[in-house]
Amino acid sequence: MRALRVVALGYLAVMLVVPLGVVAYKTFEPGLGAVWESITTPAAIHAFWLTVEVAAIAVPLNAVFGVVTALVLVRSDVRGKRLLEALIDLPFAISPVVVGLALVLLYGRTGWFADLPFQVIFSLPGIVLATVFVTLPFVVREVVPVLREVGDDQEQAAATLGASRAQTFRRITLPSIRWGLVYGVVLSTARAIGEFGAVSVVSGKVSGETETLTLLVEKRFTNFDLAGAYAASTLLALLALATLVAMTLLNRRKDPA
Amino acid sequence: MISVSSATKRYGDFAALDDVSIDVEPGSLTALLGPSGSGKSTLLRVIAGLEEPDAGAVVLEGRDVTYVHPQQRGVGFVFQHYAAFKHLTVRDNVAFGLQIRKRPKAEIAAKVDELLEVVGLSGFQRRYPSQLSGGQRQRMALARALAVEPKVLLLDEPFGALDANVRAELRAWLRRLHDEVHVTTVLVTHDQEEAMELADRIVLLNHGRVEQVGAPRELYDAPASDFVMGFLGPVARVQGGLVRPHDVAVLVEPDGDGAVEAQGRRGRHRLPAAAGTGVQRRVTQDSGSSASGCSSAGRLPAARSASVTCSTTPRRLERTAIHTCCSGAALPA
Repeated sequence: MRALRVVALGYLAVMLVVPLGVVAYKTFEPGLGAVWESITTPAAIHAFWLTVEVAAIAVPLNAVFGVVTALVLVRSDVRGKRLLEALIDLPFAISPVVVGLALVLLYGRTGWFADLPFQVIFSLPGIVLATVFVTLPFVVREVVPVLREVGDDQEQAAATLGASRAQTFRRITLPSIRWGLVYGVVLSTARAIGEFGAVSVVSGKVSGETETLTLLVEKRFTNFDLAGAYAASTLLALLALATLVAMTLLNRRKDPA
Repeated sequence: MISVSSATKRYGDFAALDDVSIDVEPGSLTALLGPSGSGKSTLLRVIAGLEEPDAGAVVLEGRDVTYVHPQQRGVGFVFQHYAAFKHLTVRDNVAFGLQIRKRPKAEIAAKVDELLEVVGLSGFQRRYPSQLSGGQRQRMALARALAVEPKVLLLDEPFGALDANVRAELRAWLRRLHDEVHVTTVLVTHDQEEAMELADRIVLLNHGRVEQVGAPRELYDAPASDFVMGFLGPVARVQGGLVRPHDVAVLVEPDGDGAVEAQGRRGRHRLPAAAGTGVQRRVTQDSGSSASGCSSAGRLPAARSASVTCSTTPRRLERTAIHTCCSGAALPA
């Protein structure tokens, strides 16, 4: 057992802790003042809020879609459920860069939907679409097993006690899948703020306009602004951490016993 | 009053219900009894509206509810695995139906207190289901079902997941509760003892069909078929017919051949003695005293007639014991 523990912890250390530690160390090496300066440039502030905005649209969308889809997959007996299941996993299988290219082909200047009244590619809608695509499976994949495990006994009991479908969902189903939903939302958020490939293709990387935090990190890195890249990375990590903490706190408050 | 007529339900090739019609008297406690796969649970779920029959009709209190959502049927349903709302306290579980009905808070509180008192869970209001034992969870589920004052109470193997002691206790308790509350109750069980002890009437199902309906005594004493007889108590096969072991009498005759006579539904059977293997049995003599022995080795005291009760399980009795008892070669004159 001890050997296994050493292997597991060693693996985590080499693969996770050391790289992240180096980033944190490098970030604060030039001193706090320098860090503050590099994350408060107009471009950085804009990138930060753009990232938050994109996540705030994409994640709730996928949370709602995810719960509905999970209900269809587990509770109904519609035809084509297997096809639906396979489709849901598609974003896991496809490279984000390909997703980005597909969106450009669809919504770009020569695409099928080129005549929309607003611009999609190289602007916010495109970034949101790309993010929705890549984060689509998380909530479904987390909620489906929980729904299966919980079973439909409680929902049937609620129905015999006079609850309508909506009441049953709100009072019984939703509370019982809460943890799966929260975990799915946390994973989606992490992916949404960390997405690079698809977003980099559709955004156009216009600084101060369509540049998200990950794109900013990449730009600074390729421009040999290593300290700036580290600082932006740390900001990204803090954002992810904040989501995790917020969701945990939110859930604990409602958690019985 | 519950009336199901010609209910049919198929799952692919399997007929869970095959043209089933039953009537349940108001205020009675009826047991749907049968082996697994006999359709008893399906029938109960059809009554509750949790399952829709392919054909047939369900009438509750004069209203055709065949295609009515369970929400509007006014039934109380208790599940085998409790279906407790895990994220709600005992109090909120029981209050659920009343909260849905938007009753005043004070009324809900009073009703919940009263019901928890009835089911013996007064001190457990703030507990969560995970902090209760199986028997307590099921009593909570009963209180929850009774809170909305259902016209009928439907119980799907309510004690099936509990251990034997708790089961017996809850069974007696349910009978008392029913005598007090008088709500029309239908109980699904595969346990003939439970049905015999609890129910006013038994509906015996097999392969999705009703085999016989009647009071427990009727079914036991006047079974309509070999299946009913075999399902409702121990039986032994004597010369092709089924008999209850307590109807088997061993007659010890002067010539000492130790023949066995069985009193069955179809008259008395007399079996000549033959060699057999030993089996434990008890012979009750005329005088009332009893003696045990093995048919091959034991020497039993002489008696003019004695009844044999074989102390084996019914199933073994059916296969082996009667034959070996019957073969009482060693029964002395």
